[in-house]
Amino acid sequence: METEVEHTGLAIHPMDQFIVRKLFCHTESASPMNECTTNIHWYDITNVTMWMAIAVLVIAAILVLGTRRRAIVPSRSQSVAELLYGFIHNMVEEVTGHEGVKYFPYVMTLFLFVLCGNVLGLLPLSFTTTSHMAVTVPLALMVFVGVTALGFMRNGPGFLKMFWVTSAPLAIRPVLAVIEVISYFVRPVSHSIRLAGNMMAGHAVIKVIAGFASIAVVSPVVVGAVTAIYALELLVAVVQAYVFTILTCVYLRDAVGDAHH
Amino acid sequence: MEGDIAEMGKFIGAGLATIGLGGAGIGVGHVAGNFLAGALRNPSAAPGQMANLFVGIAFAEALGIFSFLIALLLMFAV
Repeated sequence: METEVEHTGLAIHPMDQFIVRKLFCHTESASPMNECTTNIHWYDITNVTMWMAIAVLVIAAILVLGTRRRAIVPSRSQSVAELLYGFIHNMVEEVTGHEGVKYFPYVMTLFLFVLCGNVLGLLPLSFTTTSHMAVTVPLALMVFVGVTALGFMRNGPGFLKMFWVTSAPLAIRPVLAVIEVISYFVRPVSHSIRLAGNMMAGHAVIKVIAGFASIAVVSPVVVGAVTAIYALELLVAVVQAYVFTILTCVYLRDAVGDAHH
Repeated sequence: MEGDIAEMGKFIGAGLATIGLGGAGIGVGHVAGNFLAGALRNPSAAPGQMANLFVGIAFAEALGIFSFLIALLLMFAV
C-alpha cells in the first residue's frame, strides 16, 4: 500500500480504528504508517492479540463464575451461562440432527469467541478483532477443512455424492455438479467475509457519522444518529455471531447428517 | 488539479461497486418479506423457521458484502 492516507476531509479517518499496532511501543509519528504499525512479527503483542485474549478471559469468566455455585434455582450469572449453553445446544441438535451433538463443544467455542469479539469491539476505544479477515478466515477455514475431513471420514468417497444431485433430471446433473462444487469452495470465502465485512462496515459507518460531530450545527443530530446506529450495531454483532454459528451447523449437517437428506 | 486518472478511476470504481449492496438490500428484503407473509398465514409454524430465515438472510447478504469488499480493495489495496 504505497499511497499515504491524506487527512483532508474528516478529522478522524474512519478506517484508522482497524489499524493493527504493537502494544508497548511509542512513536512520535502522526502518520498511521509508523514503526508501531509496520513490520509486525508473529511474536509481537498487538491490539488484536490483546482483545482476543480479553475475549477468551470474558468467556472463561462467564462460564466459570456462572457455574461456580450451581443451584437448582439459578442465580443471574448461572442463568446467563445456562441460557448460552442451552441456546447453542438446541441449535446444533435442531440443525445438524442427533449425530451432530458430538461436535457441540466446537460450535459453542466458535459462537462464544465470535460473539465476544463482536460485542467487545463495540466498547469505545476497543478493537474489533472479528473485523479483520486475518481472524475470520482461519475460523472459517477450520470449519471448512474440518467439515470436509469429517465428511470423508464418516461417509468415505460417498461424501462426493453430495455434489451429484439425484433429485434433478440426469441431463442437467453434470451442470449442477459443477455449480455445487464451486459453491462448496466459495463457502469459506463467504463465511469469513460476511462476518468481517459486516463488522467493518458497521464500525466504519459509526466513525463516519461521528466525524460529522465536529460541525457544531449538526452535532446534536449526530449524537442521536450515533446512538441509534450503535444500537443497530449491537443487534448486528449478535446476529452475525448467530449466523456464523448456524452456518457452521448447516455445513456440519452435510458431513454428519443423513445421506438421504 | 492533483492526483491522476488512475486515482480517479479507483474512487469511481469504489463508488460503482457499492451499487451491489443495493442488490443485497433487495435480497434481504425479499427473504424477510416472504418470511413475514408466510408467518402471518401460519404463525404457529414461524418460530421453527427462524433459523432458516437467518440463514437465508445471511446467504443473500453475503453477495452484497462481496461488493463492499471490492470497494474496500479498490480504495485501500489497489
